[in-house]
Amino acid sequence: MAPAKPHQSAAVAIPVPDKISVSLNVNGVDVQLDLAPWTTLLDALRDRLNLTGTKKGCDHGQCGACTVLVDGRRIVSCLTLAVMKDGSKVTTIEGLAKDGMLHPLQQAFIDHDAFQCGYCTPGQICSAAGLLAEGRAKTADEIRELMSGNICRCGAYPNIVAAIQQVMGHS
Amino acid sequence: MKPPVFDYIAATSTDMAVAALAAAGGEAKIIAGGQSLMPMLSFRLLRPSLLVDINRIPGLAYIEEADTCLRIGALTRHFQIETSPVIARHLPVLSAAMTHVAHLAIRNRGTIGGSLSHGDPAAELPMIAVLLDATLHIESVSGQRAVRAQDFFLDALTVDLDSAEVLAEIILPKLPPNTGWGFEEIARRHGDFAIAAVAATLTVSDGSIRQARIALTGVGPTPVRAAAAETLLIGHALENKLVESVARAVRAAIAPEDDLHASADYRRHLAGVLTDRALHAAWRRAQGEP
Ligand SMILES: Cc1cc2nc3c(=O)[nH]c(=O)nc-3n(C[C@H](O)[C@H](O)[C@H](O)COP(=O)(O)OP(=O)(O)OC[C@H]3O[C@@H](n4cnc5c(N)ncnc54)[C@H](O)[C@@H]3O)c2cc1C
Ligand code: FES
Ligand code: FES
Repeated sequence: MAPAKPHQSAAVAIPVPDKISVSLNVNGVDVQLDLAPWTTLLDALRDRLNLTGTKKGCDHGQCGACTVLVDGRRIVSCLTLAVMKDGSKVTTIEGLAKDGMLHPLQQAFIDHDAFQCGYCTPGQICSAAGLLAEGRAKTADEIRELMSGNICRCGAYPNIVAAIQQVMGHS
Repeated sequence: MKPPVFDYIAATSTDMAVAALAAAGGEAKIIAGGQSLMPMLSFRLLRPSLLVDINRIPGLAYIEEADTCLRIGALTRHFQIETSPVIARHLPVLSAAMTHVAHLAIRNRGTIGGSLSHGDPAAELPMIAVLLDATLHIESVSGQRAVRAQDFFLDALTVDLDSAEVLAEIILPKLPPNTGWGFEEIARRHGDFAIAAVAATLTVSDGSIRQARIALTGVGPTPVRAAAAETLLIGHALENKLVESVARAVRAAIAPEDDLHASADYRRHLAGVLTDRALHAAWRRAQGEP
């Protein structure tokens, strides 16, 4: 094995920009982080705050596994830099249950068996919470349409739609 | 996947943004919604030394109605355009197009300025800007200029903006009375980029077409306006024989390419089929039908 090279020689040093202080309110808790500018919100949540409920599927906006709510709206956290969200309120799957009670969507996903491996589920549930808040989807077709950004490799789609419909019926 | 190393500033005015871009001498990039830029960074297709965030500039996201046009701020999000009653009233073809732009979570972040500046060859907003003859207002440290959408899209992912310029406002003329519209798209999955899409408007009086516009996306490096095909419609009522020759003229006006998603032949075929559907829809709506 070749001897380990010195970590970084002066000749090739790339200037590394300073970290930036970012304040977020995550699931009701104020946090302050010093982050490299290129840290995505997804990496900040998972790697710095140990909130690993939010999943990394594709890391480029294609799958929806990383969906969280920022100031009440659903976004994919892999396509947002954490520094851009300084001062924002972030809700992840860990923040949906209240006072030991599952969020109605979490309960409905269990009632309808709306997952198999569960990898897409935190993103599906956060996306569905955003969908309910938007109040635009009324029919099953509209739910399918407005949930199109959340892919489920296990194909639990019919049960996901049924779970969302259950919550709509009760709210 | 990790983006490359870059520095970051959040601009709080357009002046601050253009000054930062100018000072970086071509090494900086604007970040708006980030929904196209972030993947480009992660795939290391771009390595800017600085990102200038324009999200905190107040007064850059708006939809304003004037007498003859709508003015849209560059930072207006896709979902705002999609759900705007003013746009639904005056430019329903734009409202319809928005439902085809990506998925809702992406539309919550993506901006009209970002989509036009990015210039994806299969994107909907560039085609609508060309269809509606939009004017784009651009700012830099050396002043302001205006460009017609027609002249803005130069090649795939290449637009008439230099590295120190900010697209600030998009002006869309209102449609004349008695104008119907059609929007037809084929994509692998709803929300994906178009394999091909056609948008059309027809202005009709006394049973014949006075003004016709047809624009396409996904069928070449830039959005296309099918001018020769439009001319064929003027002075006539829409009937099947006419639509056939218009569709032929549209197919002749484009030079699609093969890629992973579709062959050039299939795209050319779709261009004709979608033109037929879009024109019929526009004709129906011009008569006041839904
Ligand atoms: C999964 C997925 C699917 C998608 N599907 C579609 C689709 O079907 N149709 C479609 O049209 N789009 C689609 N998009 C792209 C989406 O619409 C983007 O939001 C849009 O293309 C870029 O807008 P943005 O605000 O996110 O720009 P950014 O990503 O922030 O920027 C894009 C580029 O424009 C530049 N820029 C941004 N704003 C300005 C400005 N005001 N002045 C000058 N330069 C500027 C940036 O420097 C960058 O080069 C999709 C994206 C994803 C992730
Ligand atoms: S990980 Fe963000 S969309 Fe796939
Ligand atoms: S439950 Fe496995 S991916 Fe959706």
